[in-house]
Amino acid sequence: MTTQTKDALVLECETGNYHTFCPISCVSWLYQKIEDSFFLVIGTKTCGYFLQNALGVMIFAEPRYAMAELEEADISAQLNDYKELKRLCLQIKKDRNPSVIFWIGTCTTEIIKTDLEGIAPRLEAEIGIPIVVARANGLDYAFTQGEDTVLAALVQSCPNLQTTPTVEDPAQATFVQQLLQWPLANTGAPAATTVPQAKHPPLVLFGSVPSTVVNQLTVELNKQGIHISGWIPARRYSELPELGPEVYVCGVHPYLSRTATALMRRKECKLINAPFPIGPDGTRAWIEKICQTFDIEPQGLAERESAIWEKLEDYLELVRGKSVFFMGDNVLEVSLARFLIRCGMIVYEIGIPYIDKRFQASELQLLEQTCREMNVMMPRIVEKPDNYHQIQRIRELMPDLAITGMAHANPLEARGISTKWSVEFTFAQIHGFTNARDILELVTRPLRRNSSLSELGWTTFVKDVSPKTIDVQSTNVTSPIA
Amino acid sequence: MKLCYWMYSGPAHIGTLRVASSFKNVHAIMHAPLGDDYFNVLRSMLERERDFTPMTASIVDRHVLARGSQEKVVDNITRKDTEDVPDLILVTPTCTSSILQEDLQNFVNRAFLDSKADVLLADVNHYRVTELQAADRTFEQVVHFYLDKAKKNPAWQVAKTTRPSVNILGMFTLGFHNQHDTRELRRLFKELGVDVNVVLPEGGSVHDIQQVPNAWLNIVPYREIGLMTARYLEEEWGMPYTTTIPMGLVDTAQFIREVFAHLRTCSRDYFNEDVQLKTPEEVEDYIDNQTRFVSQAGWFSRSIDCQNLTGKKVVVFGDATHAASMTKILSREMGIRVSCAGTYCKNESDWFREQVHGYCDEILITDDHTQVGDLIARIEPAAIFGTQMERHIGKRLEIPCGVISAPVHIQNFPLGFRPFLGYEGTNQIADLVYNSFTLGMEDHLLEIFGGHDTKEVIEKSLSTTNGVQWAPDGLAELQKVPGFVRGKIKRNTEKFAKEQGIQNITIEVMYAAKESVGA
Repeated sequence: MTTQTKDALVLECETGNYHTFCPISCVSWLYQKIEDSFFLVIGTKTCGYFLQNALGVMIFAEPRYAMAELEEADISAQLNDYKELKRLCLQIKKDRNPSVIFWIGTCTTEIIKTDLEGIAPRLEAEIGIPIVVARANGLDYAFTQGEDTVLAALVQSCPNLQTTPTVEDPAQATFVQQLLQWPLANTGAPAATTVPQAKHPPLVLFGSVPSTVVNQLTVELNKQGIHISGWIPARRYSELPELGPEVYVCGVHPYLSRTATALMRRKECKLINAPFPIGPDGTRAWIEKICQTFDIEPQGLAERESAIWEKLEDYLELVRGKSVFFMGDNVLEVSLARFLIRCGMIVYEIGIPYIDKRFQASELQLLEQTCREMNVMMPRIVEKPDNYHQIQRIRELMPDLAITGMAHANPLEARGISTKWSVEFTFAQIHGFTNARDILELVTRPLRRNSSLSELGWTTFVKDVSPKTIDVQSTNVTSPIA
Repeated sequence: MKLCYWMYSGPAHIGTLRVASSFKNVHAIMHAPLGDDYFNVLRSMLERERDFTPMTASIVDRHVLARGSQEKVVDNITRKDTEDVPDLILVTPTCTSSILQEDLQNFVNRAFLDSKADVLLADVNHYRVTELQAADRTFEQVVHFYLDKAKKNPAWQVAKTTRPSVNILGMFTLGFHNQHDTRELRRLFKELGVDVNVVLPEGGSVHDIQQVPNAWLNIVPYREIGLMTARYLEEEWGMPYTTTIPMGLVDTAQFIREVFAHLRTCSRDYFNEDVQLKTPEEVEDYIDNQTRFVSQAGWFSRSIDCQNLTGKKVVVFGDATHAASMTKILSREMGIRVSCAGTYCKNESDWFREQVHGYCDEILITDDHTQVGDLIARIEPAAIFGTQMERHIGKRLEIPCGVISAPVHIQNFPLGFRPFLGYEGTNQIADLVYNSFTLGMEDHLLEIFGGHDTKEVIEKSLSTTNGVQWAPDGLAELQKVPGFVRGKIKRNTEKFAKEQGIQNITIEVMYAAKESVGA
């Protein structure tokens, strides 16, 4: 059985039984990103135990997330949701006094049809803290898409752009407009605001990345004379950027299709559909697309990319010709696969929980182009894969590496397949030129581990026999490449 | 609604799944939305399992919500039946999907007709019971089911083993040191000339269940799981069970005596005392020998090291079994004062109170961690013996904590042999207690000799700075780097700057340095 085709990308939907983390996981990185926030997950014990145990999110000193645990009386509607939520939010206000409370709806609130969106505005007015409602439920979404639901909800809270910024000629702006604009421009801007008033329409980036990555991407764009007006999410709730029909928006994560839609529909922003800034190739394409939109000739971008590739050479030697199988978990799969193909790897299958073909159009195009340029088969993209069938395919193909969720890693390792946890790519800094090295550091770790254990096979853990007696199943035997 | 930051026990379905995946060749089907099936991650990661967790989620999505599961659950059961050929398929909803009130029993009945495996619906109320109660109930349900099934087979009959034998009930996956405890109990029984008939559910097959009544006696090492099964086996099959927990020197001795009392009765009832059993004198000799020479814990408590623990105040908190036993050990075997003993197993509160009565100053029964935290802050004990949660409370208050009970962490799955039960268990517990305190000896010597070098380290580097300057943005970025690598990044960046002849390290220089050295 082959999972690859020559000419065009194949997207299929297996609609199988697959495992990924619950979308409420996004709380674990969003509470850190939005520093003055409080996240209240409204769900059952199952949800809370997940955050606590599977994800290991435990904050004790100064907790900024909590569960509103639904009990039997809530489920059977003996209690009033409004009163209950009010009691909890007042408690939170008293203990933590956050600038914003995020209500994270779960499967349970969907099923019992809690009217969170209806309650929030009333309560917001009553307690005086903004409440943002996101439905990060497992009925509709997978893992990282939780962030998508939160950011899409945040779009609503972004202020509208007051005036038409006079982009081409700032001199035309009236005195009053400047006066109006001045304080807002100051509060809305991120850390690196060294670039003077830009000569292009406002650009807002969306996607939660650590502040280091924010700075790195800001520096890269500044080099091209591009100024970032703001990020969604910003470090603080009060720093959310202004949005309006003149604003161009661009995403940094492949899983933010709802946010993109919300930006376009609710705020009439213009979406720049670019590949994602993952890997030097993706980052270059991302910057190029933004430059192109603003009619800017990119400066020194090709040199920058090739310089990065040169520095990756020690890692590239390890991965060239090696094969990889994505079981699918965090929706970063297409971008990572494209980068790894560019590194010289062979991708058998890209499992992915969900793909928005329109939002990922540029990325898919770049993937296709990369495969052609590297002269390798197009990988098959499998949406909602069936994990059981995937394991059969992995056994058949024997890839050098399987990128998989945590549940399947140890069993696959025990069967002689090297694995890497997909969640590591969710939590590691992988965006931009600088961090390309970190992706390869992660990818090559199992390969390097294997070469350091290579003398010992799987049947002989202790080296007391000739090293040639290595089990056929052993991980270090390179599988024949398709 | 309950505002909650931390949970001592998980939702009911986790208990059910723990029992299901403890048995060999039993597959669990969850009726649950995407992401509710994280149990496979817990088991695979914590237990470092080599096999795939025998569990499939039949996913509840928008379509299921709109039109019901229809054939989905039944199809998934029959599919697993052919793919994995399990002996039993156990179906369970989660808190979430149980609200849908789909007739899972009907799906199970339908699937039962077509599948080779037995199919059961776990019978627990997901909003009324905890993980441990659900595990206890599911275990009983499975045992009950297979004994009922055996009864229908005319060829099957109960034949008591000719040698004295016991079943060990309640060892299961993700339990706190359960594997180590199983090994220690097996060793204990071997030395006492008693056979271990079946250990359930961990590592057992559902086919073993029909041999359960052949044993003379059931051992329930933990209160939390196995007790329901033992009670059922007593009522229905006339099998006695032990209630003493073999933890600590006193209770282990008590446990052995209890086992032999039961065995002697059984010997009389079944075999007219025709079976070779250790005499009461031999049993007492064994206990004495183990207590004084095999276990070092008794001597250790009387040694000079332990003098310094005298009168130290501690707080104990955990599941009912471990918290009660630890309280007794600390108080009566080590002479440590237990200021408060507590448990989150609210359903065991009567038993717990009775057990720790007289061994502690106060008792706390709650599953609210803030209460526990506040109590510890108020008492300011010298050490805590609790769960991972209390370990975190201790970290914050700078009070050492020994972990004695679930909720677990990867640290509680050591590769080495660390039982809590039996005589080896007493050694482990003594080590744990002694090492948890700011060491008895060390503490004492610090007082005598005025302590270690107490000068604080201000500058890690012994060399002076090298002429490069850090710009404010560079410095700010450096501060964001986690402390344990900051020094390395700083050195590498400065080295890079010197090589490049850069005087002022800005944020751009930092990234350039990172790209060049891969720091």
